Formats: sequence, structure tokens, C-alpha cells
Amino acid sequence: MPHDNHDTLSTSGHPYRKDDDTALSYWQVMEIAVRELLIEKGHITAVQVHDQINTMDARSPAHGAKVVAHAWCNPEFKLALLADAAQASRDMGFDIGPMHLIAVENTASVHNVVVCTLCSCYPRNLLGLPPDWYKSRAYRSRTVIEPRKVLSEFGVDIAPDVQVRVHDSTADMRYIVLPTQPARTRGLLENELAQWVTRDSMIGVGLPQAPN
Amino acid sequence: MGGDPAGDINHEQHDFALWEKRVDALMVLASSVGLMNTDSLRRVLEDMGKESYETMSYYERWIASVSQNMVEAGAFSTAELADKMAQVKARGTTYGDAT
Amino acid sequence: MKVRVHNNWPPGHIRTPAYLRGKAGEVERDIGLFNNPEQNAYRLPPQKSHLVRIRFTMSEVWGDAAETPDDVIEAEIYAHWLEPA
Repeated sequence: MPHDNHDTLSTSGHPYRKDDDTALSYWQVMEIAVRELLIEKGHITAVQVHDQINTMDARSPAHGAKVVAHAWCNPEFKLALLADAAQASRDMGFDIGPMHLIAVENTASVHNVVVCTLCSCYPRNLLGLPPDWYKSRAYRSRTVIEPRKVLSEFGVDIAPDVQVRVHDSTADMRYIVLPTQPARTRGLLENELAQWVTRDSMIGVGLPQAPN
Repeated sequence: MGGDPAGDINHEQHDFALWEKRVDALMVLASSVGLMNTDSLRRVLEDMGKESYETMSYYERWIASVSQNMVEAGAFSTAELADKMAQVKARGTTYGDAT
Repeated sequence: MKVRVHNNWPPGHIRTPAYLRGKAGEVERDIGLFNNPEQNAYRLPPQKSHLVRIRFTMSEVWGDAAETPDDVIEAEIYAHWLEPA
């Protein structure tokens, strides 16, 4: 099997870990074996594996940021997004596959945060793969019982007169938070606004931030 | 799980190794051809028990689940998997050698 | 509309979180019919069940341990796990 040429930077901006020279683990042996058997048996092809990796690599928070910025600039699109976020994302040209998506809006009186207590469901087909902490047992168990404490550890303090809504994606839906547009960004162009939308603000553990 | 006592959230993030991305791709592709689905992935992960969280990484658990799902679906037999794993292991001592 | 999650504790693959069993909440929206994961997980032909988003107050879920009583948890629960409250 030819080596895949994935020596570009990962979506986080860091180079891929070079695993070619680390000691082969039992589970890596299993991955190679499962992949080769599935290919030999004709269930999948090597090209499909390569293409699927590229498809997931191409998905990143930048896609979600564009959706959010578009909603900030277009009241009609915002309504469409809140009514059917999956269709609205597709209408913007993003291939999110069969994913079901619900957008929940932060307001002056509501702050939303997303968790999957049962596993690690995440809107990956729009935002890319989730961060490790999102999949951790600590995040999954604590966010539903002490969301404000968890949020403050992420640097977000919610005022007492704002309601926190924790969305536990227990079943078929995936969630994206539509953060509030910061007042000081009024007048910026849509593509400039997208730079303010962080991955964490779309999970609900962060707020939009000025780009570096 | 929800509400269970838990300690600090570790905010470190790691970039995914190629083998991990391949595991992810295998899950998606195997599901797309009907050999497994998200629910069967999760069910096998749950049946692996809490200890697997302590001893295995995220994608180690996933490949274990995908592998069991494939055997359950009849995609290949345990014996075929065993033979293939032995062949792979014999190729060398690094992931690069064995791929 | 107020509903309560069944206080049932079967074995196997269940997508109704333990912490919500027996708790009452308001229907936020009905999302429509989806495959029953309890069957899908075992490759059995799945029946369709309505998936409903339910809003629970923190005080309902955690009682006195609630961080903020009027904060809420919203979760998707399959209709066959719900009864009128």
C-alpha cells in the first residue's frame, strides 16, 4: 500500500505527528489489518480511505465560522439557520453529508453550551474533528451538572441574569452555537467577521475573539 | 456518566496521527456500506467497559469497536483477522514499515 | 407540554442518559421519526420512534445540588421513553 502523502499541516496548524518511526502497537497492527481485509474483500477501496481522510481534513471550524458570520450579516439566513441548520449549511455550499444539525442562538439572556454525555457526538461534518477535551470524561460528566464552573475554567463567566442552556446531544442531532456578534465588530465585512468566530465559541465554551 | 464526579478537564489537544485518521475513515466507510452504524459502534464501545477508558486511547477504542463490528457483520472472520494481524506484524517494527 | 422520562433501567445500548431517568421536562420540539438505536445497535431492523427535545430545569434534574436552579438541560429523548407528566 503506497504511503499517503499527508505531510501538509493539520487543521490546527501543527504538523502531523510523524508516526512512521514509532514502535508499532497492537492497535496499529489491527488498523492496518482491518483496512487491508476490508479492501481485499471488496467492501471499500484504498482510494476511498484516502479521500475520506482528505474530506475530514478539509472540514474545520473555519466552515462553521463562515456560517456564523453569514448569519450575523443576513437576518433571513439567520432565521433559516435557526429553523434548519443542516439545510442552511448546505445552501452555503458545505457538504455535511447526512448530518442533522441544530443551531442554538446566544442572546443577551441565554448562553448555550454543547456536550455529549453518552459518547462524543460533535458536528464534525461542519467543524472537523472535536478537540480531545470535548471527548474527555471530565467534560462530559461535569458540563451537565456544573456548566458555569466549567465555563469559567474556559475563561467564560456568565452573568447571573443570563440563563445557561446545556445541550446534551444524546441522539441524532448535532449542535452548533450561534454566538452573539460582539458590538465592536459592527461594520466589519463578512469575511472579517468570520475571523472572530472561534471553534470554542461554536461549542459554547468560548466567546468570539479578535483574530491574532 | 452525566453528573458523575470528575476532576479537572485537560485542555491539551493533540494532532491526529495518520493511523488515527485511518481508523476514523474506516468507521465512516464501513458504516456507509452498511457493515456497521453509529449505534453499533457506540454499543461495542460501551460493552468494552469503563476500564477501557483508562487503558486505551480514543482511537484505540474505536479500532477495537470497528474490528468487532466487522466480525459481527461477517465482513471477515476472527481467524482471517488473526492471520492478517500476524502478517502485518511480521513486516517490521514501525508503523511505516508495516503499512 | 410536560412529559416525564420513564424510570426504567434496562441493560444494553440505551440513548436515554441515566441522569435524566424519572425526570420531568417540557417538550421543546419534536424532531421527527428516527431509527430506534436500541435495535440499530444490534443490527436488528430498527423501528422508527419520534425523537423529542425535552427541556429540563437544573433543579428538576439535580435538586438541591443544582448549580443554578433555573439553568436548563436540553436533550433528545425517544418517544417510547416518555410519558405524560
